[in-house]
Amino acid sequence: MAGIILLAIVVLLVVWAIASYNRLVGLRNQVANGWRQIDVQLKRRHDLIPNLVNAVRGSMDFERDTLTAVMDARAKALSATSPADAAKKESELSGALGRLLAVAENYPTLKSNDNVKMLQEELSGTENKVGFARQFYNDIATRFNTAQQVFPTSVFAAALGFKPAELFEITEAADREVPAVDLSRRA
Amino acid sequence: MNIYEQQAANRRRTWLIMIGFVGFLFLLGLGFDVFYIGEAGGYVPVGSILALGVGSVSALAGYYGGDKAVLMATSARPIEDVAAAANEQGKLKLQQLENVVDEMAIAAGLPRPRVYVVPDPDPNAFATGRGPDRSSIAVTQGLLDTLNRDELQGVIAHEMSHVRNLDVRLMTVVAALVGAVALLSDWARRGMVWGGGSRRRDDRDDEGGSGPLALVFFVIWLIAILLAPFIGQLLAMMVSRQREYQADASGAELTRNPLGLASALEKIEGAVEPTRAINRGSAHLCIADPLGRQLNASEGRWSELFASHPPMAARIAALKAMAYQEHP
Repeated sequence: MAGIILLAIVVLLVVWAIASYNRLVGLRNQVANGWRQIDVQLKRRHDLIPNLVNAVRGSMDFERDTLTAVMDARAKALSATSPADAAKKESELSGALGRLLAVAENYPTLKSNDNVKMLQEELSGTENKVGFARQFYNDIATRFNTAQQVFPTSVFAAALGFKPAELFEITEAADREVPAVDLSRRA
Repeated sequence: MNIYEQQAANRRRTWLIMIGFVGFLFLLGLGFDVFYIGEAGGYVPVGSILALGVGSVSALAGYYGGDKAVLMATSARPIEDVAAAANEQGKLKLQQLENVVDEMAIAAGLPRPRVYVVPDPDPNAFATGRGPDRSSIAVTQGLLDTLNRDELQGVIAHEMSHVRNLDVRLMTVVAALVGAVALLSDWARRGMVWGGGSRRRDDRDDEGGSGPLALVFFVIWLIAILLAPFIGQLLAMMVSRQREYQADASGAELTRNPLGLASALEKIEGAVEPTRAINRGSAHLCIADPLGRQLNASEGRWSELFASHPPMAARIAALKAMAYQEHP
């Protein structure tokens, strides 16, 4: 009798271990997928920036500093390696873009240019997509981390090679506020 | 209720509605068998079999093709077609719509739904489809013209929540079946007026009626047929109401900006014109009642029963309360 009870307990433990292992694997894949989503949007933004800079260059030639700052920030962001690194460089890029678009508002010819307007919409759309992809990624990553850290699972999670996922965070308070980039909001 | 409970409840309700619908038609068929064919020799329940067949087919058609039917009924056009014909200003707005839909799909972690535009000047929007893997979001031209980017985002987030928690599946099936019930009962009523009338005079007079049971069935059947469109309508309204609050809340969770949707609802409320392109059958799918009924504006038991949407003022107040919670 005691043997049967012992056997039942062992079976239950094994089933539980398998279930939590599979749950962790599922979450890890979701985290990886969430990160790819951010990556896709960041790449989109990197591709859009040269178009925008070219479109405004003619009218804003003497704002060379602002334009160079954007291109430099973009080049830096392209070389980012880890989520934390990318988060820092991307938020710098956001800041530079925000300044460019704020300056561009002083040029009526730019403001009424359909091409520029479309690019601005694209850019603010991409900016938002980066933000929402980050939101989704962070939610999933937090769930993944919590699942590893809660008590019984935490005993073997590390031994099985699960590492907590890095969050995509904006560290500096000044960068926290994504600048209002699109003129269309006021139109 | 969390998202999984909502999805499970919607799956269950979709089944219940489809089974209920088939059962209801079966009752009509049974009534036909008892009343027209009677207990005469060689009894074959033609009506019951036919009704079961028609019921199952239309339930499945509603499940698999309901979204197409709803989009067709509202004359919604795919955004690509609309964009091809639009001017520069219009193209910009459509691009904005497309971006906002992408943003919300990303925020919800779902595949991107197809986007449609309904050529109607009144601001309104709805979502339809089977679930995240096959869904469509439609907005009216008026919505695009009236709302700014943040407000549009709030509305799309609301619709995306309907997609995510499978409200769209239930609501689309209800829309398709309400349409089917109305159609069938219309046929049956007409069939009874000329078909039934003549038969009774010729065949049944000498039998002297076919017993009290048949009479009871006939009465039930008659009531059911007369009430069918009304019951369907009531059902549609009851399932849609509390969902709107829920979708408002989870939409705000996606955008993290409840005020965007609140101000969109204010603008939609301010537009007094009814949305003509959207008829009674799909009213419960919309973000705001397209018929512009006064009923929806008031609280109370009567409007709670018959209004398809909760009072706009209450929804706006709830959203604003969320905003104040976020910035204490």
